[in-house]
Parts: sequence; C-alpha cells; structure tokens
Amino acid sequence: MTIPKKVCLQIPMLPDMELAATKTAEEVARFMQFATDSIDEIKMALIEGIINAFEHSKSSDKTVYIQFDMQDEELEVTIQDYGTGFDASQKNSIQLFQKRGYGRALMEALMDDVKYFTSPNGTKVVMKKRRH
Amino acid sequence: MSDAFRVHSRRDGQFAVISTEGYINNLAGDKIVEEFNTFVSQDVKHFVLNLEKTQLVNSIGVSILIEVIEKVQEIGGTLSFCRLAPIIAKTFKIMGLTQYATVFETEEDALAAK
Repeated sequence: MTIPKKVCLQIPMLPDMELAATKTAEEVARFMQFATDSIDEIKMALIEGIINAFEHSKSSDKTVYIQFDMQDEELEVTIQDYGTGFDASQKNSIQLFQKRGYGRALMEALMDDVKYFTSPNGTKVVMKKRRH
Repeated sequence: MSDAFRVHSRRDGQFAVISTEGYINNLAGDKIVEEFNTFVSQDVKHFVLNLEKTQLVNSIGVSILIEVIEKVQEIGGTLSFCRLAPIIAKTFKIMGLTQYATVFETEEDALAAK
C-alpha cells in the first residue's frame, strides 16, 4: 500500500500564525531533502500566500487551509481560503516605491510555478517548488 | 508566537545603527520606524540596519522599510543594510530595495563606507 505523502494544516487568521505554517513547511521540505535556500524560499512564498488570505479574503470562517503534497521531485503547496475571491487578472508587477501589493510577485519569483483559482466562494493558490 | 521581535539601536559617529531580532512584519516595521524617527529628531541622517538576527520578513514589513528609505532620501541621508540572510537579500532584490540602499556584508563595512 502506498502511503499518501500529504500534510494538512489549518491556521486561524491571527497575528503571526503564518509562522506556524513555516515551521511545518520547513520540516516537510527538509524531509524531502530540499536545499536550505530552497526551503527558505518556500517559507517566504508561504508567508506571502497566507498573509494575502489574512488581509484580503474576507473569509467568514477566519481560517486558512494549507496542504503540502510531497511528490517525487517537487513539493506542491496549496493555500485555500473560503473568502470572496479576487481579480486574478490584475497586474502584479512591481513599481518603484509602491507601498503594497508585493505578495504575488514574490510568490511567483520564489517558486517554480504558481497558479490561482479564485471565485466568489474563495481562493486557492497552488505553488510548486522543484528539488533542483 | 515565540519569535518575538526586538530592536536595538546605538549611535556610531554620524551613523545610527539599528539592529533587529526576529520576524519583520507590520508591527516590527513600525518599531523600526519609531527608532528611525527618534534619530532623525536628533539630526542623524545616516543609518545602518543590521538584520543579522532576523531570518524571516514579510512584504508588509519590507514595505515599511521602503517608506524609511524614502524618508532618508528626503533628508539627504543614506541607509544601508548589513548581515542579510540569503532569502532576505533575495526578497529585497525582488522588491527593488537594493536599487536605493546599499547592502554590506558586515556592520563594519557599512560604517566604513561613508
């Protein structure tokens, strides 16, 4: 029987709870033998995905659901909220001295692949990091 | 969380050295601004931000650092960073901070630069 290599986590939308998720991410990525720099990039991208949900989702259950899916050569991280969604077509490039809105650009720069699935019923961000 | 943020600061000649410890989020960013403003009120214009004991940041905290860079530019001063963890250096580069603030390996290098 194959053991499903998934770790699921749910965190309340409370200050600094994103750090709890980074500790799990670190253990999972270390188990998969990612390099230290890659582990730090996963943690940083995860923080950005979570604080985006904290700040913008308007979720009524005030919870973010995270899943780490350990695949052969890559880690897939899913961040799900049940808020009101957002306009994924909005431009996310970084402008000189902009005050906010770096989260998506950071996630996309730090991970190998980032996809957004959003609707008025919530948002799911699926990020992948390959073990180079 | 256990990763409580602390900030320490001191004068070193014409510089103010602000050292952080812990996760830089919005609240931590505000504490850095408070330290910065205290030194500005004492006519200090040159700043070194030592992040040796900070391993994680978020984009909201870094956005506040961008505001600090803008204020430093307004007063004709300088701001440099030192002792950056690789992920923080990379984050600063992605967010464009390194175009307007110099990054040094060590605090000594930063203080010797002017």
